[in-house]
Amino acid sequence: VLHTTRPLHTTQQCLAPLPPLPEKGGEVRYGLIPEEFFQFLYPKTGVTGPYMLGTGLLLYFLSKEIYVINHETVAAACILSVIIYGVKKFGSDVAAFADKLNEEKVARALSVKNEAIKDLEAAIEQEKKEQWRVEGRSYLFDAKRNNIAMLLETNYRERLLTVYNEVKKRLDYQVALQNLKRQKEQDHMIQWVEKNVVQSITPQQQKESIAKCILDLKALSKTAQAAV
Amino acid sequence: GPLSERRLVDVRLGELPAWLATCNLSPQGLLGGVRKAWSSYYDKYINVKRGGPAGISMLLAGYCLLSYGWNYQHISKISFLVSV
Repeated sequence: VLHTTRPLHTTQQCLAPLPPLPEKGGEVRYGLIPEEFFQFLYPKTGVTGPYMLGTGLLLYFLSKEIYVINHETVAAACILSVIIYGVKKFGSDVAAFADKLNEEKVARALSVKNEAIKDLEAAIEQEKKEQWRVEGRSYLFDAKRNNIAMLLETNYRERLLTVYNEVKKRLDYQVALQNLKRQKEQDHMIQWVEKNVVQSITPQQQKESIAKCILDLKALSKTAQAAV
Repeated sequence: GPLSERRLVDVRLGELPAWLATCNLSPQGLLGGVRKAWSSYYDKYINVKRGGPAGISMLLAGYCLLSYGWNYQHISKISFLVSV
């Protein structure tokens, strides 16, 4: 609730980031009287002026019974002494604790901001890299075109080889056919000639040839025995 | 600067009636004045990075004085002083 009382956008030109909070509050002496009061009285009365004024006022109130001393005076004195003792003893610790809390808050907000900045910078880097990659598109397409040309060439040569093999097979078949035919004719002719020759040999001729062979062999064996 | 735009602390004693004449004394005006006074006090003594006891102690002291002033009639009666 207290924060809403700070006037925002009261003038025409409002600076968008709010100015930071002031480091220290206004100077206050003895925790009760602002420093401006002492500065106000300084030119006319010097340094001791406000203290004289305070003492005089206090004595006047006491003597004229404008301030009545009653049981509440004692209670106020005890409470004040306890409060002052507490503040003097634990003030700095509490202040350090509150400062730590504040620092943590600020550090968290700052970390969020830094994270956001880092993420955006990384995104910028990525974008630049993508832009650089785009320049390499032409090389990519050249490589792809080369691949396709090689595939076409390979396919063409495979088919050429197939055609060659098929034609060779057919021609080989024809050659083998001719060879076979000639072979068969030759065999058949040889067989026919042998058959006719064998048929033409009469038994008389067979006996004469066998006798001649035996005579030859005997002659040969004589010459061979002589040689040995 | 001109009289109507100066704050109360900058107005000299002789010009006080004239300044009072210029200020807005309707309920809204008074409320606006109260709000401005509170916000200036708040911004000076409480809404700072490293404040001290001064911010609330002055408020408590003012409250003590005000309540003493309101109850003065009752406190100064003899019957009250004798009873406690």
